[in-house]
Amino acid sequence: MPLNRSLVGKEYPPAPAYEVCREKIREFATAVGEDDPVFFQEEAARSAGFPDLVAPPTFAVVVATRAVAAAVADPSLGLDYSRVVHGEQEFRWRRPIIAGDRLVARARVADVAARGRNELLTVDTEISTETGEEVCLARMTLVSRGTAPGSEEGR
Amino acid sequence: MAWTVGEEMPPLEKKVEKVNLVMYAGASGDFNPIHWDDEFARAVGLPGVIAHGMYTMAQAARALTRFAGGVGRLRSMKVRFSAMVRPGDTLTVKGRVAEVLPDGNARVEFWAEIQDGTRVLSGGEAVLA
Repeated sequence: MPLNRSLVGKEYPPAPAYEVCREKIREFATAVGEDDPVFFQEEAARSAGFPDLVAPPTFAVVVATRAVAAAVADPSLGLDYSRVVHGEQEFRWRRPIIAGDRLVARARVADVAARGRNELLTVDTEISTETGEEVCLARMTLVSRGTAPGSEEGR
Repeated sequence: MAWTVGEEMPPLEKKVEKVNLVMYAGASGDFNPIHWDDEFARAVGLPGVIAHGMYTMAQAARALTRFAGGVGRLRSMKVRFSAMVRPGDTLTVKGRVAEVLPDGNARVEFWAEIQDGTRVLSGGEAVLA
């Protein structure tokens, strides 16, 4: 089944605030192989001009995914998650994510487009602090395999 | 930083092991079994577990922030996930300054490839301050 294009522009209520803690930053930084001390030691982060530990740039996806999940799970969109692969990802940062941030993520369906037999679902997520400071825009494009109008499913 | 068009980003190389994918699953919360369960991955038609695209993108972010001289200098980045990365593959992230923007920031074009030259991240673009 093709995705429901009338949902382009739909916004989803934000996921509960994400509280960024130091140990989560250290865990994520270790997992991706970072070695810059600004991700591990408060003193190093402060002497580099940050108020606290800095999260690696792509940590933003962890916060964004919670919001995107609302769109992905929306029954009116008609997405079959077993057909989905991550196609493209973009981030625009206003500033790095810092330990102690309480982040709110709001997802909006930005586009649904056919590419060959596949469809591309683009979801924009605005990440800001609870007090309204903009932190990052995350644009995630998911590929829905074999669902383009006119294509036979399962081929 | 004063950027020069054509300046090459120092390549970043990383051999990807299965434990990296398990750690990334835990740290990111993405527990899709195609990234840690070989049996499941084969059942859905993959050759075995594959890396999270975001793990590969994180390696590109490491290369870019080193090149820029700090995490705060990475203003934006985008990628397309163009091929699979499997445990045992060695990733190399490469790039160069494509343009110096009017505000002095660099627009960097970058990609990641594995040992046989297959591009696993394509169309990479970043802005570095």
